[in-house]
Amino acid sequence: MNQVLTSRSALEMSATHSKDALASHQTVRTPDPDAHPSRLRADGVSVFYGDKQALFDVSIDIPEKSVSALIGPSGCGKSTFLRCINRMNDTIEGCKVTGDITLDGQNLYDGNLDVVELRARIGMVFQKPNPFPKSIFENVAYGPKIHGLARNKTDLEEIVVTSLQKAGLFEEVKDRLHSPGTGLSGGQQQRLCIARAMAVGPEVILMDEPCSALDPIATAIIEELIDELRSNYTIVIVTHSMQQAARVSQKTAFFHLGKLIEEGPTEAIFTNPREKRTQDYITGRIG
Amino acid sequence: MNSLMIAAILLVLLGLAYQVGWSRSRALATSGGGRFHSRFHYHGALVAIWAVAPAALILGLWALFGQTVSASYVQSLLPVELVSAGGNPLATAISRVRALASGYGVAGEVADYEAAAADALARFQLIVTLIVVGSAAACGILALLFARRRITPRLRARNQVERAITLLLVACSAIAILTTVGIVASLVSEAIRFFTFVNPLDFFFGTVWNPVFSSTGGGSGRYGLLPLLWGTTMIAIIAMLVALPIGLMTAIYLNQYAPRGVRAVVKPIVEILAGIPTIVYGFFALTTVGPFLSGFGAMIGLDIRGTSALTAGLVMGIMIIPFISSLSDDILSQVPTSLRDGSYGLGATQSETIRRVLLPAALPGIVGAFLLAVSRAIGETMIVVLAAGNSPVLRANPLEPTSTVTVSIVNQLTGDTDFTGPQSLVAFALGLTLFVITLCLNVVALYIVRRFREQYD
Repeated sequence: MNQVLTSRSALEMSATHSKDALASHQTVRTPDPDAHPSRLRADGVSVFYGDKQALFDVSIDIPEKSVSALIGPSGCGKSTFLRCINRMNDTIEGCKVTGDITLDGQNLYDGNLDVVELRARIGMVFQKPNPFPKSIFENVAYGPKIHGLARNKTDLEEIVVTSLQKAGLFEEVKDRLHSPGTGLSGGQQQRLCIARAMAVGPEVILMDEPCSALDPIATAIIEELIDELRSNYTIVIVTHSMQQAARVSQKTAFFHLGKLIEEGPTEAIFTNPREKRTQDYITGRIG
Repeated sequence: MNSLMIAAILLVLLGLAYQVGWSRSRALATSGGGRFHSRFHYHGALVAIWAVAPAALILGLWALFGQTVSASYVQSLLPVELVSAGGNPLATAISRVRALASGYGVAGEVADYEAAAADALARFQLIVTLIVVGSAAACGILALLFARRRITPRLRARNQVERAITLLLVACSAIAILTTVGIVASLVSEAIRFFTFVNPLDFFFGTVWNPVFSSTGGGSGRYGLLPLLWGTTMIAIIAMLVALPIGLMTAIYLNQYAPRGVRAVVKPIVEILAGIPTIVYGFFALTTVGPFLSGFGAMIGLDIRGTSALTAGLVMGIMIIPFISSLSDDILSQVPTSLRDGSYGLGATQSETIRRVLLPAALPGIVGAFLLAVSRAIGETMIVVLAAGNSPVLRANPLEPTSTVTVSIVNQLTGDTDFTGPQSLVAFALGLTLFVITLCLNVVALYIVRRFREQYD
């Protein structure tokens, strides 16, 4: 009882606090001297669903070849921000994005940019494993086929096999590449989706709570995979689990009520948060 | 004593019984009878059910068998030679006596024995009615008193009322099922009678349809099903060629491309098409589409008849568009958004996503919708009656008039028919054939649709 009261008052406090801060909102930033250079940058990104503003003036640099985690309570805008990066919000009616997101200096919201090309460079893995109702092979071959990445059948097979290997799934499915992808277990399906995303040859992989529908063992396998992948890919992961963020990421950004509250090296955020709301969240008092 | 009064009596009994049950249980409760298991209105409802059920049963039996009883009573009043002759004259005599007894009067002279029988019948009917209504009322009251005595705090009135309601619902659905069974049974029995006149092989594999009307039964006329079946098939194919692409693309547009505002306007308009009576489509085919097609044919040097398989098929296709589009729309909506997102996330365009992910995922459902639409097309009557040209000849050219199974049923059953010769009985064989075909299509379609649903729910 006591605990419930505390957490509610903490939430209310932070809510009123953020209302005061609405006019001049400042993200607390802890620089990381060891961070990789950033090619992906967001600058003053706001998102509106109709009249409702879901994201307020978010600016962040995503270092390449490392894992950045976006954390925060439900409805804080972390998934919305993630979906801005490959313009998946375009598919939602009435969604408007302002501000700049740049990849290698090119604005992703530039009118000239081809969204198809963009999504080939920035892949995405979703919350619920969503293999197409096709064979395992066809699932992975889907992207290369639509982008014309393979000149012939051998090429295509090579891409499929390499992608499955990178996703750590090949050994488990090599004998049944042509059976339906929906017949795999949840964790295998999610790795299939990761393989599918990698088959297009992206530079950035966005992951929207990739383990929330999985059991702890499958989760551990995926986390290990993410750790391996970061030597070649820039990964942005949204997660509900603070342990997961602490385990897999090098940079962490804390979102609350549509604002980026604090960002910095994962270790600093978790051991020494400078914002009170960040501290409340990682100690379990809001969220 | 008409049915309105009987209904009124039943209603009064119902209200009275409810009131009795309610106030009795309440009185028991307030006089310290203990805690009641069920609330008072359940006790009221239970007493009402007890009171009305036997009364309704007696009245129902009377409604079912009253006519037979009075007919045999009249027979016993009529002269012996008339009764032993049987057949039509007897039936006529009985209905004359009935008409006299009810006071409507009859044409022609009234024979003495008729007048006497009518008097007796009128008395008999009054007495029987009084007995039946009286016994119904008595049973109702007795049952009411019995049910009232049963009321105790422990009585599980709520559970019993719920069970009675379940029974009522089961009975209602049984009526639907029994009706279907009855229809099938009558189709089958009449069709069997038809096959005593015509060899089933000649019917199912005959290529000539020429049901010559003759006064006696026998071999005159030829009843080959194939020309009709071919006409039906041809028109259904044309209809589906029109309806499937247009309906499916409408569904894809409405489901994937249309902004919410457009969808809110277009979808109801498309569905209005489904509400137009088929006879109106028939006019449209006959007066607009047919002349247009034959004019168009003349322009390009083709001989297209005004009433032809093409005319009927085109218009039927238009009629089926909303059927296909709204079913496909529902099916596309059932494909999870996550699949769509997954495809977009890989950089697929909207049309690539639709072609390679949405349609394959929705395909079983769309096939099911297609089969349902086909079974509608082959059962459709009014459009083909007006626009197909009624020419039951086996030919492949869709620009010529043709005929269908449904049209032939209409032809064989309109006008003066007695159900003794093959000319009219053939309608039942045709109806049975049609029924079996559409039944098979529906079963396959529902099976496919259900399998598809299981995949994502």
